Amino acid sequence: MIPELGTLAMVLALLLAAAQAFFGLAGAQLNRQSWMAVVPAAVAGVWVFVVLAFGVLAYSFIVHDFSVSYVATNSNLELPLLYRFAAVWGAHEGSLLLWILLLSTWALLVAALSGQLPIAFRARVLGVLGLIGVGFLLFTLFTSSPFTRLMPAAADGADLNPLLQDPALAAHPPMLYMGYVGTSVAFAFAVAAMLSGKLDAGWARWTRPWTVASWMFLTVGIALGSWWAYYVLGWGGWWFWDPVENASFMPWLATTALIHSLAVTEKRGLFKSWTLLLAIFAFSLSLLGTFLVRSGVLVSVHAFASDPSRGLFILALLIFFIVGSLTLYAVRAPTLKSEGGFELVSRESFLLLNNALLITAAGLILVGELWPLLMDAFDLGKISVGPPYFNMVFMVPGVPLVVLLGIGMHAAWRRALLGSRKRQLLILGGGGRALARRVAFAFFGGPGMPLTIVCLAAGFFVMASALIEPIEQWRKGQQLPRAALGMAIAHFGVGVWLLGVTGVCSYKVEKDVSLAPGESTEIAGYTFKFLEMHKVQGPNYDADEARILITKGGKTVAELPTQKRTYRVNRNPMTHAGISVGPTRDLFVALGENVGGGKWSMRLQYKPFIRYIWLGAVIMALGGLTAILDRRYRVRRTAEAGAFEPGAARKAV
Amino acid sequence: MWRYFAPAVAFLALGGLFAYALMRIDQGKLDIREIQSPLIGKAAPAFVLPSLTDPPHQIDSHALAGKPYILNVWGTWCGECRAEHPALMALARTSGLPIIGLDWKDEHSDARAYLAQLGNPYAEVAADDVGRTAIDWGVYGAPETFLVSADGIVLAKHIGAISEAVWEKKFAPHLKNGGRS
Amino acid sequence: MRRWLAVLVLGLASATALAIDTEVAFPDAARQQRYDRWIHELRCVQCQNAAIADSPVGLASDLRRQVKEMIASGQSDDEIRRFMTERYGDFVLYDPPLKPRTYFLWAAPALFLLITVGVAARVIVRRSKGPIDSDPEEPA
Repeated sequence: MIPELGTLAMVLALLLAAAQAFFGLAGAQLNRQSWMAVVPAAVAGVWVFVVLAFGVLAYSFIVHDFSVSYVATNSNLELPLLYRFAAVWGAHEGSLLLWILLLSTWALLVAALSGQLPIAFRARVLGVLGLIGVGFLLFTLFTSSPFTRLMPAAADGADLNPLLQDPALAAHPPMLYMGYVGTSVAFAFAVAAMLSGKLDAGWARWTRPWTVASWMFLTVGIALGSWWAYYVLGWGGWWFWDPVENASFMPWLATTALIHSLAVTEKRGLFKSWTLLLAIFAFSLSLLGTFLVRSGVLVSVHAFASDPSRGLFILALLIFFIVGSLTLYAVRAPTLKSEGGFELVSRESFLLLNNALLITAAGLILVGELWPLLMDAFDLGKISVGPPYFNMVFMVPGVPLVVLLGIGMHAAWRRALLGSRKRQLLILGGGGRALARRVAFAFFGGPGMPLTIVCLAAGFFVMASALIEPIEQWRKGQQLPRAALGMAIAHFGVGVWLLGVTGVCSYKVEKDVSLAPGESTEIAGYTFKFLEMHKVQGPNYDADEARILITKGGKTVAELPTQKRTYRVNRNPMTHAGISVGPTRDLFVALGENVGGGKWSMRLQYKPFIRYIWLGAVIMALGGLTAILDRRYRVRRTAEAGAFEPGAARKAV
Repeated sequence: MWRYFAPAVAFLALGGLFAYALMRIDQGKLDIREIQSPLIGKAAPAFVLPSLTDPPHQIDSHALAGKPYILNVWGTWCGECRAEHPALMALARTSGLPIIGLDWKDEHSDARAYLAQLGNPYAEVAADDVGRTAIDWGVYGAPETFLVSADGIVLAKHIGAISEAVWEKKFAPHLKNGGRS
Repeated sequence: MRRWLAVLVLGLASATALAIDTEVAFPDAARQQRYDRWIHELRCVQCQNAAIADSPVGLASDLRRQVKEMIASGQSDDEIRRFMTERYGDFVLYDPPLKPRTYFLWAAPALFLLITVGVAARVIVRRSKGPIDSDPEEPA
């Protein structure tokens, strides 16, 4: 009975979302105040019913209702409570419900926090969000309902994929989806602007915080996924250019470009059509990602249910929204004229170049991902495009980007007379290079590869460069506006991230060995000694655990356990690595198999700077958060109905 | 003015590609995981392996030349092989061709017991313990079945359980010209 | 539903039980580096979601051993590549080969860079010729 309530709730949500879409879009077009007034209520209604549906599914998991097919496939009597809840989004159907929940949540937030937007504009934004909701609700109800029943009910479930039984991974989809779904807000703002025919700096000011917010979540979501892959999957990798990873990275690149483009549109009223295109692009990549990993056209470790008929439905949604908005763009863009110029070397030109490089990166990833499919579909043979290709190709736009970043952030609007900055930057650049060489010698005993030095130097340079202004203002006893501070923090995070990537890629050491208890081996100056082996029982698994003692120069560094788990229901063996975390490196031990003669195979890894990758991402996200909290985005009590003047940005509170 | 339509057109083309791919997958004409064998039309890889059923005896692929034959890769650890076994038994009777088994990375005693229990469709069974022969034949997942012509050319390959229908559609047509390539 | 289960299990198998060699392949750094590069460049044809370096299946360890033997016997990279593609096709290489069909793939980095930076440059040059101080100064 209860699961059917879930379906009912979704149907009601669908109807209300349709109302939201209709009254919002038609109401704005026909200028019917009464219609537009209904929209916020519809938004709230959708949210309530989606929460209800989600709650029903969660409840079914928590009480072990194995009459629900989805619960039976993804849960188990022995599954701990936290993971029973997380199992709601553990597979295709439930993850769609999560998507819809987050979409309606974003819509609710937009409805609540944008009282000062012109009514017609707001109605359009919410209308578009409603339309997207309708699309996803239809898709879920008709092809992927999580509430289908299993008759007769299973006595016990199949168990949640043990890889997902982990706190980081439980959190990863919600974070990631907040980001993905968040791109629909910028998209909705863009479509609303195109429908109304008006786009100016004020529009950019309203769009920007929503975009930064979704970017923030996307950053954290991707970082969580990468971190999880590192410590759960056992081989110490943190990025594999898998289609699902690319599906999140491409929208991230596009959203980053969008934020920078919005900055120019907000400040100078320029790059309007680029900004629109980027907003559409970011959302398209988000939807495209959804399509690619659920339709079965790509091979991926992460692939959800591959079902061509579902694939066709999502494709139809994709084409409707994207071709629709791009056609609207084609009609409106020619009318978006903007006045204003800037010097060859100026903040505007740096930002334009920055975006060119980001889009190049996103485009290259897309081509690499789709080329095998293209060839296969037309019977031109089967090829694979994997990490060797992507790693190399990404550096083509990537390296120029990070090199220019440290300078670009100080370029002034209109004309970049760096002036005294120039000297400071040169000093910092030189310092960065010196520091990079120091690091290289410390790890490698020599200069190593030139590209490594360049990237390390760029990383240090960006970090220092980002701190110049905050420090200057602090010395003067003044406060940087939060938007500028947020930007500095985010750019600082990029530098940290770059150090992490460069360090681990250039200086990591891996070794596969077989050891018997009592034996030891050495990598990167650390000695790993296999102490002992014993059996362990977990809540829903049994494991063989090895304890490894790590010493350096005779001093104990860490004692790590590493397990080979067998989950009782699934019977799939899984490695649980032992990791020693340090300020400049991780030491990683993963247990393999009993190879006989008392020996066990193990993979030992030395990963310098790897934590900086995720630390950098977290710092970037914090920068984004700081920027959103800037006072100029405060929801003003006094309604500025129709106040869309570019000068609004000037009114610093 | 028309250049503004470029993104829409580009995306429509992309959508068309996806629709085309999806439809072909739906029709079973496109399997993104299946790798077409580069061996088709080329000489069958030579091998000399011990016989499973008669250990001291070696099976030399050169001795198989002169007549077309079927090579079936299997193992007792492979569930789908068990499922295709009846079809193999039938094929042994009706096809008129010898079926050479390639027992891939298997326990010999288990394999012998398996054949004793379920029946032996193979004229001979070669035991590939090291896996080198399987690699030479481009095997990546049992069961796999090859058709080799009288002059030692690989005519066809089927990945997955073989059946009457597969035989008729994929393999039998090649035998029309006397099993020559 | 069952097909979905199969996909799930397939996905599991490729990410569980660690695929490790039982010993370091080569004592000298040069050959070890070559070995490492190759096992990361060859795709595990069975599970398809990992390189043979990281795949737990038997075929992957067989292929790793094959690579090790080929490097030990002094075969060149081209010979190794040919060996693998003769048996498994181009699919087995994560670094796609340079052929007419993949020209676009390999030309893409330079091409995309040229296009995007070219367009950006055109816009910048055009705007630099226009009036620069057309709107009053804004606070940074």
